[in-house]
Amino acid sequence: MNNRICKCFEKAKEEGRAAFVAYLTIGYPSLEASEKAIDRLIAESGADVIELGVPFSDPFADGAVIRAAAYEALKQGVTMTDALALAARVRAKHPETPLVVFSYYNLILSMGSETFAAAAAKAGVDAVLAVDLPLEERDELLSVLKPHGLTMVPLIAPNTPVARVVESAAGVEDSFLYVITVKGVTGVRGELPPELTGHLDAIRSAVKVPIVAGFGIASREQGTALVKGHADGYVIGSAIVRKLGADGPDVPSPLV
Amino acid sequence: MKAKGHYGIYGGQYVAETLMGPLAELEAAYAEAKNDPAFQREFNEILHDYVGRESPITHCRRLSAHLGGAQILLKREDLNHTGAHKVNNTIGQALLAKRMGKKRLIAETGAGMHGVATATVAALLGMPCEVYMGAIDVDRQAPNVQRMKMLGAKVNAVSEGSATLKDAMNEAIRDWVTNCDDTFYVIGTVAGPHPYPEMVRDFQSVIGKEARAQMLAKYGRLPDQAIACVGGGSNAMGLFAGFIDDKDVKLVGVEAGGKGLATGEHAASINGGRVGVLHGAKTYLLQTDAGQIIDTYSVSAGLDYPGVGPEHAHLADTGRAEYPVINDEEAIDAFDKLCLFEGIIPALESSHALAEAIKRAPHLPKETLLLVNLSGRGDKDMDNIMRWKSRKVEK
Repeated sequence: MNNRICKCFEKAKEEGRAAFVAYLTIGYPSLEASEKAIDRLIAESGADVIELGVPFSDPFADGAVIRAAAYEALKQGVTMTDALALAARVRAKHPETPLVVFSYYNLILSMGSETFAAAAAKAGVDAVLAVDLPLEERDELLSVLKPHGLTMVPLIAPNTPVARVVESAAGVEDSFLYVITVKGVTGVRGELPPELTGHLDAIRSAVKVPIVAGFGIASREQGTALVKGHADGYVIGSAIVRKLGADGPDVPSPLV
Repeated sequence: MKAKGHYGIYGGQYVAETLMGPLAELEAAYAEAKNDPAFQREFNEILHDYVGRESPITHCRRLSAHLGGAQILLKREDLNHTGAHKVNNTIGQALLAKRMGKKRLIAETGAGMHGVATATVAALLGMPCEVYMGAIDVDRQAPNVQRMKMLGAKVNAVSEGSATLKDAMNEAIRDWVTNCDDTFYVIGTVAGPHPYPEMVRDFQSVIGKEARAQMLAKYGRLPDQAIACVGGGSNAMGLFAGFIDDKDVKLVGVEAGGKGLATGEHAASINGGRVGVLHGAKTYLLQTDAGQIIDTYSVSAGLDYPGVGPEHAHLADTGRAEYPVINDEEAIDAFDKLCLFEGIIPALESSHALAEAIKRAPHLPKETLLLVNLSGRGDKDMDNIMRWKSRKVEK
């Protein structure tokens, strides 16, 4: 069981609030900036979970902001190995915060799943979200991660039937579900579709694992208001990446 | 949960969860259409009346005599309407789109041939069509961009990433995820997530099935070797489909060696790549040590894809098919020979397959039959060939 993830959602629940999951693209605008930003997201913005977006050359499931950040990071030659080294440094400073490697499967496959799992576990990573590894294909990685104490975060789409949500949650009881709240790709959007809360409620009543809502949430206020009573947490990604790109990690105001 | 559409360890559905719904819908619709005689009848009727099938097999008498060995035969996909094999597949997928009640077609294209073939069938069926094309390819392939526009399609230049075919495919996937309710994504090769590799192979299998029957009718036997070029690999899979159960027929898929495998500037995913996952399938990919997909190079833009259809990856591993490499110079030499000896101007893509046959023929007995898929005609390559030749003269 992954205790850091379980404990983090239990703590938020006890405090009567939704957990805040922060995403950022590693290496954008630089590896140093990413590290500083993570420190600030945890210390100042109260991030409960950090998602380390590892840049891939073909980010077909991402929105424009995160794609642009990924291409910039790749120009600096940022690799999965760099991301894991960064995770280790973050882990040393923040022993309780769950860390999720968020990327595309090829970067893991290329390194070798076993090599990756060992290195990620050593770095203090808790879970992997591979965007292009749906339920049908995930066992080949999950079976390698589990012996190392790592879990996976399944993606749930607006058109994922509840029965499939239940299947997705089976085997990752120590994780959380990442529910995409807007069909399409990631990015900041003004408002969320009305059918969303019904979708979240249906999922929540079907599974025991925490669920977080993502894709399109712009601020902590919006996230908190949106998921109240409907989800256990929310993800902010593009808004953080955009701010880091525009202002850098040293801007006086909070990153989110 | 059982994964679908695997060929050995290759293939599958490595896509974001948002696409699993649309893929399931497509899979169900295709399974139904495949077994519906009315669908097959309409498909075959268009292939006959509009594309001009069946395409003949031509015996290259002068070229074979010149080489002094095996006989080279050409399956003439270059004579299809639009000038290449691509249209077989776009007709099949567009008919399926119509059957599913989809209103809009989208496609990715590299050299522009698949884009033209999609725009063509969109016009034929009266459907709006948008084609995604890397900005670099839009510049390189201006005549095909004009053709697509003339046929009523909207061409969207994709300028991010490496601004080539793989990036066009990324953008087409994003469009599909967002608009899947009314949009059908017409993939141009035997790549992508299940059921695309199987579906595209099935639509292209008309090449191999026809060729098999023609061989038996005219020569009373099957060819000794069936040779086709492989980028993503749709014309090769189409040819192979006719002979895959005929164990005595050697299947040969020719990859583009560009400036030579050793230079790193090539498009030979099986010969020069490693197993990875891209665009929904596990297959051989050209990638860096860190797993980033790299740009391909070939004098022939149509072979410029950093992956290969998953069924080819499997056929390579099992040894059922072999995958030699032909570099730019050899392909151009074959191009010249076919022009001069047979009065046929081949596409540069197909010239790779022809070059492999030219290499093999002198070492084989005169009775040996090498069937080469001439997947397209070379009119589109004139500028490219002229540029290549003027560069050679300067050197």
